[in-house]
Amino acid sequence: MQIYLPIAEVSVNAFLLLGLGGIVGILSGMFGVGGGFLMTPLLFFIGIPPAVAVATEANQIVASSFSGVLAHVKRKSVDFRMGTVLLIGGLVGAALGVLVFNYLKSMGQVDLLVKLCYVLFLGIIGALMFVESLNAIRRSKKPGSAPKRKQRGWIHALPFKMRFRTSGLYISVIPPLIVGVCVGILAAIMGVGGGFIMVPAMIYLLGMPTKVVVGTSLFQIIFVTAFTTLLHATTNFTVDMVLAVLLLVGGVFGAQIGTRIGTKLKAEQLRILLAIMVLTVCGKLAFDLLVMPSELYSLGATGGH
Amino acid sequence: MLRWLAILVALAMPASAEEVVLGMSQDKVAITANFDGSEILIFGAVKREEAIPEGDPLQVIVAIQGPSEPITVRRKEKRFGIWVNTQSVDVDAAPSFYAVATSAPFDEVLGSTEDLRYKISIPSAIRSVGAPMTVQDSQSFTDAVIRVRKANSLFQLNEGSVEFSQDTLFKTSIAMPANLTEGAYRTRIYLTRSGVVVSEYETEIDVRKVGLERWLYTLSRQQPLIYGLLSLAIAIFSGWAASAIFTGLRRG
Repeated sequence: MQIYLPIAEVSVNAFLLLGLGGIVGILSGMFGVGGGFLMTPLLFFIGIPPAVAVATEANQIVASSFSGVLAHVKRKSVDFRMGTVLLIGGLVGAALGVLVFNYLKSMGQVDLLVKLCYVLFLGIIGALMFVESLNAIRRSKKPGSAPKRKQRGWIHALPFKMRFRTSGLYISVIPPLIVGVCVGILAAIMGVGGGFIMVPAMIYLLGMPTKVVVGTSLFQIIFVTAFTTLLHATTNFTVDMVLAVLLLVGGVFGAQIGTRIGTKLKAEQLRILLAIMVLTVCGKLAFDLLVMPSELYSLGATGGH
Repeated sequence: MLRWLAILVALAMPASAEEVVLGMSQDKVAITANFDGSEILIFGAVKREEAIPEGDPLQVIVAIQGPSEPITVRRKEKRFGIWVNTQSVDVDAAPSFYAVATSAPFDEVLGSTEDLRYKISIPSAIRSVGAPMTVQDSQSFTDAVIRVRKANSLFQLNEGSVEFSQDTLFKTSIAMPANLTEGAYRTRIYLTRSGVVVSEYETEIDVRKVGLERWLYTLSRQQPLIYGLLSLAIAIFSGWAASAIFTGLRRG
């Protein structure tokens, strides 16, 4: 069944969108990631204009993170204080990101920027995850070498210290603020929640306990992506509600199925699968940038109005 | 008084021996939620006061033109190993949709001076005034507009697709793709003989989003804040609903 998207102004198959939402939902349920970094490139591939894909995906992430955070609030695994600090940074970052996005849009470089960001981040994260999970599998085969506890470094020498009770931390607010700003910029430019960047940053950089990391990052993501959605809706008019609803419905059900599948697989195997998938998407995007396009010219609305 | 005026107008008009009487399968295209392109049937007849003149046969041209808008054409070049948009040319006005259907090969139907006058062929429908001095081959940018839009079925030249029987009845159908721009689509019919226009007729087809599509589009442009908040409300509600449904299922 074809459906006409009023903002994207293209006609796509509704079941294709439901299916995409479902598949990405299953993956995000399995791996505990938002799935934005997979969904947005997939939307590019099926011909949704990148500007619409990015803005609409931000809207969809609001729904999936809200659904996820409710479970974490019940388990009391959300550090609201840390979340708020990250959020303040995130809002500043999102505003900066939308400014950069609009500036590049008027220069005709927005597609390039979005795709370059994807190639860069998917490449780095995919490669890190791949190596890390290979090591983990190797380690699990020869027991005895427990991972070393990280040492306390320069992060603890910074001023403006604050106590984060849920995380059991007493650290400066500067590192979480910076992490928040970076994730906010990414959220606006790439249309992702940024969980796949924030989760490693919270564990390795801020030293937060793993059990509160996912809930806290989801809490922060809701507000940053909601803010990004509003900014895109009011400045670019690129949020497509019909597209968002179709992706949402598929995604929400997929996530629940994915969670069940995820519990039956080993963590290392899961991570290696995710790494391979991330690298595949990255490879496809990089290939498109490197190979001479079949059509060198592209048409766009004249900017400056 | 009115009658006199009518006679005066009739006298002032050029005496045209052959005129178009037009029919259309639809004069409105509604973009609904499940819009997947549309086929428009255009048919008509030639009205004559006298016998068919001697000489070359009469030919028919049908042209449908969507609203024109300025567009920026960008060219990619290889920089640092990747393909990047570099030069750009602003085209002052290019129709968002343009289809020409003729009853014979275009060159036989219309002479080039007549084309300049009536702006019927695809290249003459695009207006490009100033390309920046840095761009040498601005023509290739205009060509690109035609090539890209032809590839998307937004520009069509359907030679010989007008069926014209007994020099009197004609009909053709024009396929409009799903990605249409809203607006009034100017529809022109020309009768030509020996490459010269002998009669013309003009009307409009109204292409419009309707229902939900219309409502959402208008809301997103006129009340973007409310639209954004509504999108968020839907997202938050479905997030909550999904969580509630699945906790319910797990308990039940």
